[in-house]
Amino acid sequence: MGNVLVFAEHQHHKLIKTTLVGIAAGKDAASKSGGECWAVVCGKAVDDLGNELAEYGVTKVLVVEDPALEHYTADAHAAVLAHLVKEKGVEMLVATATAVGKDLLPRVAALLGAGMASEVLAFNADGTMQRPMYAGNALATVRIEGSPKVVSVRATAFDPAAKGGKGAVEKVGVSIAAEAKRTEFVEFNEITSDRPVLTDARIVVSGGRALKSGENFKVVLEPLVDALGAAMGASRAAVDAGFVPNDLQVGQTGKVVAPQLYIAVGISGAIQHLAGMKDSKIIVAINKDEEAPIFQVSDYGLVADLFKAVPELTEEVKKLKH
Amino acid sequence: MKILVTVKRVPDPNATIKVKPDGSGIVTDNLKYVINPFDEIGIEEALRLKDKGGGAEVVLVSVGGKTAAEQLRTGLAMGADRAILVLAERELDSLAVARIFQKIAQDEKADLIMMGKQAIDDDANQTGQMVAALLGWPQATFASKAESLESEAEKQGVPGIIVSDGKAKVTREVDGGLETLQLPLPAVVTVDLRLNTPRYASLPGIMKARKKELKELPAESLGVDVQPKLTVIKLDPPPKRTAGRKVASVQELVQVLHNEAKVI
Repeated sequence: MGNVLVFAEHQHHKLIKTTLVGIAAGKDAASKSGGECWAVVCGKAVDDLGNELAEYGVTKVLVVEDPALEHYTADAHAAVLAHLVKEKGVEMLVATATAVGKDLLPRVAALLGAGMASEVLAFNADGTMQRPMYAGNALATVRIEGSPKVVSVRATAFDPAAKGGKGAVEKVGVSIAAEAKRTEFVEFNEITSDRPVLTDARIVVSGGRALKSGENFKVVLEPLVDALGAAMGASRAAVDAGFVPNDLQVGQTGKVVAPQLYIAVGISGAIQHLAGMKDSKIIVAINKDEEAPIFQVSDYGLVADLFKAVPELTEEVKKLKH
Repeated sequence: MKILVTVKRVPDPNATIKVKPDGSGIVTDNLKYVINPFDEIGIEEALRLKDKGGGAEVVLVSVGGKTAAEQLRTGLAMGADRAILVLAERELDSLAVARIFQKIAQDEKADLIMMGKQAIDDDANQTGQMVAALLGWPQATFASKAESLESEAEKQGVPGIIVSDGKAKVTREVDGGLETLQLPLPAVVTVDLRLNTPRYASLPGIMKARKKELKELPAESLGVDVQPKLTVIKLDPPPKRTAGRKVASVQELVQVLHNEAKVI
């Protein structure tokens, strides 16, 4: 009868979309363990976020307020969560595997001496879980031994929780030791792009070496990216050739994405690239080479010269949206 | 300053990974092994801090079988000073490995631990944060930098992590931008892809590396609890994608994406 506690992340004083994914995963885990699903929100003044969270079908929301929690740091947040898990006898701590979730949960797990499973895709009825290994080339069934357990879930693996029900909201005071406040927040340089974040986008359009230059990414690929309201990605070959910066790299050593639609333009489909995108719902490949391996994983393939096909596609998409 | 850099032996990221038919692991015949690509970036950053940051001793540490000595030798050839190999023939989970690193860091009196953000085999992204927690040290994960990998600073091998006055200033790659933190040392830093481009081992470097110290320690001699908290029960191949169909024109493509797949 273990209860599940979900860590709720927020930014600019709003719950982020992936928080609702965490809630959905937490509810699923709780239903399988026969326990309740709770949520916890930490910050400087976040009781309104606590009230909002309570509307997403959780039994209880814990609200922890402290000036030291204004800017997220692993140091202070991990101390708070480890304390709550012990104090409230939580069976499983869950968060979505965002940059914050990935930074925070292993620290909490080690403070608790607990086992942790990362990027979980599904909870099985027998208490085991599914998670990817080897960049998605293997699907592992894992078991966390003992209790408590710590789990991060992949943002694309669960549908966000819907509103429904009204949970209780409980303010909890946690004293944060001085040594958990030693990490100093200096600044946050937000990348202000009108495009969605690569790992969070519904549509991703990626370019490969066949685009031939950085300039062609701008004049050929970007109009299509923007017509679709997509995020832009690239293959490692295009990054290594210096066409685009490394943070656009989709692949085993780059970003792993799983959008509704992935369009690979001029990408041959090296293993390292496939590892980063093959969980996408629909894959489209546009390539001149009929034998390119990318076609073997694509739902729809177009054998064509990208310099002709991409501008045409951009125009067709624009027509569709009008 | 003493910098401890962790090194994991992993399958070459360009190799095809296949799950064994019985699900007990991956097929390892003819598999080539390399330093975990993220750890290589960690070694490079430590060497830059040593070269440009007023000197440091760079000590590599790996947990694994005897074969991991190969990756440690490569790291020594890049320029690290010495290496420690903790011998464990059995697979250990992240928490067990973190406990081993904790013990080594305490024995070595390290000021900074540099680690890859994740290993490309189990993809857990846990060990660095766990080591920091066990030692009670602050952490900065996913270290990156504002300058691009094509910048002048990068060409000159300027470190992205700034260490001065007993503090480390680290720019991190987070969702939606770059965050900068300042931590008092000792601390744990895990590194991301955009921090630097690692150097290759030079021929003189390879010659020198043969004479550098590589100490082997059995894991049992450290007296730490390595009981697994995470058990991998079995592996399955991922659901196979089958090739779909070819469309004849851009118009047909838009048509199927709109009407059939309903994604645009």
